[in-house]
Amino acid sequence: MTLPHGTGHLAGSRPFPAAAHVELGKPQLRANLHKATHTIRNKRARVVEELPDWEQLRLAGSAIKANVMARLPELLVEFEAAATAAGAVVHWARDAAEACEVVTRLVRETGTDEVVKVKSMATQEIELNQALERAGISATETDLAELIVQLADDEPSHILVPAIHYNRSQIRDIFTERMGDAPAGLTDEPRVLAEAARLHLRRKFLSSKVAISGANFAIAETGTLVVLESEGNGRMCLTLPETLISVVGVEKLLPSFSDLEVFLQLLPRSSTGERMNPYTSTWTGVTAGDGPQNVHIVLVDNGRSATLADEVGRQALHCIRCSACLNVCPVYERVGGHAYQSVYPGPIGAILSPQMTGIEANKTLPFASTLCGACYDVCPVRINIPEVLVHLRQAAVDSRRDKPSAERTAMKAMAWVMGDRRRYARALRAARRGTVPLERVLRRRTVRHLPWPMSAWTASRDAPLPAPESFRDWWRRTR
Amino acid sequence: MNAREEILNRLRTALGPAPTAPRVPREYRVDDALDGPARIDLLVDRLVDYKAEVTRCRPDEVAASVATALAGVTRLVAPAETPESWLSAYPGKVVTDGPQPLSVAELDGAGAVLTGCAVAIAETGTIVLDGGPAQGRRALTLVPDHHVCVVTSDQVAGGVPAGLRRLTPTRPLTFISGPSATSDIELNRVEGVHGPRRLHVIVVEPG
Ligand code: SF4
Repeated sequence: MTLPHGTGHLAGSRPFPAAAHVELGKPQLRANLHKATHTIRNKRARVVEELPDWEQLRLAGSAIKANVMARLPELLVEFEAAATAAGAVVHWARDAAEACEVVTRLVRETGTDEVVKVKSMATQEIELNQALERAGISATETDLAELIVQLADDEPSHILVPAIHYNRSQIRDIFTERMGDAPAGLTDEPRVLAEAARLHLRRKFLSSKVAISGANFAIAETGTLVVLESEGNGRMCLTLPETLISVVGVEKLLPSFSDLEVFLQLLPRSSTGERMNPYTSTWTGVTAGDGPQNVHIVLVDNGRSATLADEVGRQALHCIRCSACLNVCPVYERVGGHAYQSVYPGPIGAILSPQMTGIEANKTLPFASTLCGACYDVCPVRINIPEVLVHLRQAAVDSRRDKPSAERTAMKAMAWVMGDRRRYARALRAARRGTVPLERVLRRRTVRHLPWPMSAWTASRDAPLPAPESFRDWWRRTR
Repeated sequence: MNAREEILNRLRTALGPAPTAPRVPREYRVDDALDGPARIDLLVDRLVDYKAEVTRCRPDEVAASVATALAGVTRLVAPAETPESWLSAYPGKVVTDGPQPLSVAELDGAGAVLTGCAVAIAETGTIVLDGGPAQGRRALTLVPDHHVCVVTSDQVAGGVPAGLRRLTPTRPLTFISGPSATSDIELNRVEGVHGPRRLHVIVVEPG
């Protein structure tokens, strides 16, 4: 049996270097990204520091996810039974198109042509908004950043802060031109802009009949879904409408409710750098007299089973979409999310998208990295992103033996992504700092990968860890 | 083959004949390290840090604290079984949800909502509602712009694992940590978007 790959918003038409080239020409974007990634990573570091058992939580989180993957078929059946017993209707979708069909049909059955949406990566992946629009159903994004991006007819550039490529005056202009009911004389104060969005959406919340969400976690034992958020737009969508449709990737399962005690500590601290996000909602099917009385859950494969088949690469399915790896990635910081041309950007995107689509559709993404290892160090579920990158590079090279070396092309691209020699040298130094924790984890003096450009060489061999000081640094210091 | 069967088949194929599920090491902290008073101090510290307003009081001061927290509020929403001892000093109109549920417009027109909670988690400054006694259905604490929540000392757990272990998983749960907030515009934190813009927690300490 062949395992079909995923479709939807997972690959672009251009190779990563070409897309990155366009993004590198945007100084405002780079300034915004620099500020955002550094602010969030510092916040994260502070709240992670507070927990004496952070590493124990990561080990537990990683093992729970590995356990889920090994038992995925039985856990899905268990989840379906529990959710159904609690009053939910469970649907299954092989790919993006089928998931969109199911959701469209469910919305049509309610007789409405307007839905409100909570930010959800899965619905972006399957390109649900476009499918609904084709069916004459208008979907309103209710997360502030998603609303900004939707009004601007743009695409998100970061998992957590999707509108990070806009500054306040650009947002003011988008609201003024596109929001319809934007108050006259809108200023660019964040508080004023947030208030305008609040008023714009409030009427919709209080009158909407159908909401569409994703889920951060799905509990097999009880059939419970869990959504973490900040603004309260999630609670509005999950509570007020009559019908709630949740699109959930099959990998989102956790065996039991008690596993949340690990993930409700790992996710908020890694994601927004808060001890806890303002709101987390859980619901189990239908509760009489409280919240939506028609509850649907659409379980989506779309390339996840194909990803699960790769013994090295399947750890990408452990991802809880915290975005910590984006915020520490020197490549992401320079090019932003759009260059990856998938809903999953940054280091996780570089390993997840090519596996979901198959390497042929995303050959250059595994090279979109310096292999510095910072992503692995911050990942709350210990996904060894560098290991998977190297593994996928091999696959990309193998897939085009007769063509010009994928490595050489990608290496050339990375040279100018990293700018000039000075910046490149800095990236290498950063990479060396990155290897210190790696060394501690591995307890050995070799790694299976080196920062670019030596990575071309280490793609299929072990190499010693970089020396604490490069030859060039040493020369400059001692000359 | 229908989608369900096909997806389950695909996943079984992907895993091969004998997938091994690793044991989960649970060496993280589970028990409450702090005793009662220190736990309450921590809860208050974390609530204040996340911009909630906090009042600490003794059991006989709850009514007065509620009335003070609701100063200026003329219409208050309360769940059906709200203890009379919380409301006795509040001079405004109390609109009770139930037996007829209040409409969304009625909730929107109220100045505030008063509830209890199921559990509070000190380490993260979180209160958890489960629709149980004095909490009502979820819309009650969502639509009004000001939420006053009474927490008693016996409801306070130290950390997340201890807090979760007190909850019933199948009830609709809402974890609240501070007022609603967004950081979507240049990462500036703005308190109060769609959820209540003011969260006031009244912590009742042993007399
Ligand atoms: S790969 Fe790890 S760090 Fe990156 S988004 Fe996923 S969970 Fe977070």
